[in-house]
Amino acid sequence: MPTPQPALQIVGTSPQRKEGRAKVLGTARYVDDLALPGMWYGATVRSSVARARIRSIHYGASIPWHEYTVVTAADIPGENTIVHLGKDHPCLADGMVNHPDEPILLLAHPDKAALHKAVAAVQIEYDELPAVFTIEESEAALASGDPQRIVWGEGQHANTFKTYVMTAGDPEQAAEIFRTADFVIEGEYRTGAQEQLYIENNGVIAEYSEQDGVTVRGCLQCPFYVVHALELVFDLPGEKCRVIQTETGGAFGGKEDFPSVIGSHAALLAMKSGHPVKICYDRAEDMAGTTKRHPSRTRHRTAVSRDGQLLAGEIDFALDGGAYATLSPVVLSRGTIHASGPYHWPHLTVRAKAMATNLPPHGAFRGFGAPQSLFAIERHMDKIARTLGLSPEQVRRRNFLATGGHTATGQHLGDKVDMQHLLTRALAESGYHEKRARFDRENPYSSIKRGMGFASFMHGAGFTGSGEGRLNSLVEIELTPEGRPQILVSSTEFGQGTNTILCQVAAETLGIAYDDVLIAQPDTRRVPNSGPTVASRTAMIVGRLVERAARQLCLMLTDAGYPPGEHGFRHAAQGYLAEHGSLCASARYESPSDIFWDDDKYRGEAYPTYAWAVYVAEVAVDTNTYTATVTDFHALQEVGKVLHPVLAAGQIEGGVAQGIGYALHEKCVWQNGHMANNQMTNYIMPTAADLPPIHVHFEETPTLHGAYGAKGIGELPMDGPAPAILNAIEHATGVAFTEIPLLPEDLYEGLTHTAGAGSEELEPANAGPYFSEPMR
Amino acid sequence: MSDMRFEVNGVVRVVEAPPIKRLLDVLREDLGLTGAKEGCGEGECGSCSVLLNGELVNSCLVPVLQAEGSQVTTIEGLSDGETLHPVQRCFLEQGGAQCGICTPGMILATCQLLEKHPHPTLEQVREGLAGNLCRCTGYIRIFAAVQAASQALHG
Repeated sequence: MPTPQPALQIVGTSPQRKEGRAKVLGTARYVDDLALPGMWYGATVRSSVARARIRSIHYGASIPWHEYTVVTAADIPGENTIVHLGKDHPCLADGMVNHPDEPILLLAHPDKAALHKAVAAVQIEYDELPAVFTIEESEAALASGDPQRIVWGEGQHANTFKTYVMTAGDPEQAAEIFRTADFVIEGEYRTGAQEQLYIENNGVIAEYSEQDGVTVRGCLQCPFYVVHALELVFDLPGEKCRVIQTETGGAFGGKEDFPSVIGSHAALLAMKSGHPVKICYDRAEDMAGTTKRHPSRTRHRTAVSRDGQLLAGEIDFALDGGAYATLSPVVLSRGTIHASGPYHWPHLTVRAKAMATNLPPHGAFRGFGAPQSLFAIERHMDKIARTLGLSPEQVRRRNFLATGGHTATGQHLGDKVDMQHLLTRALAESGYHEKRARFDRENPYSSIKRGMGFASFMHGAGFTGSGEGRLNSLVEIELTPEGRPQILVSSTEFGQGTNTILCQVAAETLGIAYDDVLIAQPDTRRVPNSGPTVASRTAMIVGRLVERAARQLCLMLTDAGYPPGEHGFRHAAQGYLAEHGSLCASARYESPSDIFWDDDKYRGEAYPTYAWAVYVAEVAVDTNTYTATVTDFHALQEVGKVLHPVLAAGQIEGGVAQGIGYALHEKCVWQNGHMANNQMTNYIMPTAADLPPIHVHFEETPTLHGAYGAKGIGELPMDGPAPAILNAIEHATGVAFTEIPLLPEDLYEGLTHTAGAGSEELEPANAGPYFSEPMR
Repeated sequence: MSDMRFEVNGVVRVVEAPPIKRLLDVLREDLGLTGAKEGCGEGECGSCSVLLNGELVNSCLVPVLQAEGSQVTTIEGLSDGETLHPVQRCFLEQGGAQCGICTPGMILATCQLLEKHPHPTLEQVREGLAGNLCRCTGYIRIFAAVQAASQALHG
């Protein structure tokens, strides 16, 4: 528990969103609403093939090229790389392309309308090379030993961005258990790519001057990521690379790594043209050219006792990373750690790998690897139940992690964990047992088959392992000349409520009204680096730093003879300012002393804390039209202190909606690595008419690590819907689908040919070492 | 180029533009009304929604020629100075706006919905807003805002 609090005044209430008025008035300014004097517009010429050497570039004669600025890789003053975790990702292709829609050159012109035909007039000739588009094709190319077919890296890294082996228990004992267990149950589970589909496309405006260096403003999550990328591309020190976040119309991870690309591009055009340059993608370009959720394949092999106890497990987890490494190693890491679900494993080996293909690089998307591996374990738990003749509930109850237990990484669960209670309550809230029995009675007489399914899961909040220590985040609170506190952070607002909750935390701690707290626009020239706005870390980690900085501010006022308690905060602040001129308090992240993480062995405290959840889906499958509809949804989660009930519920509802889309609607259709359905017309996300009632239930067990006990919740709701829905569809139809998205054509296939694509016969376990190929 | 004359938020405006220029671009570029947003450019997402003679349209699909002589209402025309329109206020209070990019269109769609159905059923709300995509909220809090606005406007 944090320090004992008197009754909270502001935390736990739902004040209006800080920037909400501007949003409902339509006066909030997004990047495409801005124009700078003398501004030009930029566009990108992209590859039309997946993997090739560029033979020639020809500029068509119909275009007055002297009016345009053209930037190629040769114009890059620094390194031709977009730095993420490594430097394999070029800013602009130089002689070689590795995926369709890869940026090759950039154009700028004062008239936006003049760009389209100029892009079309650039003719590029290629010498095409063999390409791979799936995990299996990448594995096969690797196995062939033919260096021509290796699309990334060499030696042990050939076609492989990253591998992990995570082991719990004793491998020798596990081998013995697999020989003698009552059952060995195997399964393979797959998830597709998913587009973030923020309604505001990626966009930036860049400026350049010799004196000030580069300035990029735009919609983005992580201002300092873009600063670091610009430093390398322009060979400039960080203080000459300024990044300003504008109002951001949705992100979901899609504006975590990608703004470094578009930001660098616009800045190169600005430098060469001598004008500010705006690049705002249209929808088709954004969908084809920017990152998506990693497709995955997970294979489970599990030894279980007759009564449903997990005895030993092997999990092979593979991600398709696309053409460059970008964030794949860390997406893989989170997926690996979540692969074991909220269960106790006496012995477990997880082998994980992120493979290279010639798709555009996959990147961050809410959940960050966890939705993929949790989909697999939660489908597999239902398979175990069905194989053993137990209920999904029984199998989970036998294996849940609990207070004092250890996760698969060996993390001791010191905070209270009560999955048994969460499951009991979620099943009661949703009427699970009553409905399940009723549907079992009614389904034989109806062409609409109804079903109930659930998923139990957890999501680690904050950066993995030693990540928060490395980030070393800093938060400041300064006094404005009027004596109002202003929060200075690089943490960004993109709908999830950063501005509001951080101001609530500061107001609560300072003992002043919520409306009296200000938060500055993230501008790297002004705000300290409080880390990226990702990984469900803002409420918990940054919020806690705001709380500490606010305490520090009170302390500084008191020490100077202006105790804020006496005549109110404003009075004290004005008194201090009159004497000293300015005041700024700060707080820097300190790793808790009880957190230890071994990056090599993948052992230790993977996350400061976890949020725990049980989600229950009710579905209806129409056996005439082969459509599956979610008809009711209950989301129960334990998330520590809920800082703002309305925003928190909004996060859960929105995440569940994206999860329903992930399960039943959203499919990326790839044609030789190019996204063929790169439009909202044929990439289908849920509309208001498609979604069920979503009932959100919170349990609050405050954690020591978060602001007023808050845990991160942003990603959590993405994890549970897909497995809960497919579990419900299995209950409704008796067919165990193992792959998402599950579209009507897949349902048709599965329901008319039981062993068809995307499904499998529910035969009793067929043991056998058919996977577990040696890992590099 | 030709001169087009129409009323925007109660004020007569004359715009010199190619007749097939999108109403969305005329509003944003020629008139500086950036409340209507481009999300998809093909009439799927509804972020560019405005009211044309009281009917909800996707302004990315309307050539400005078609607006000649019409009355256009954009999000900028809804509030009374600093006083929010009841629909705006309910979106703010109920958490109906998250990232805010769909919000202007969603609010105008709600105005049109409540015009047609002063006391809409949940089904009518779901149907009525199905042309406006929101990726943040899962729509649940938008439905709550619509119901609250119905109460505020029509009791």
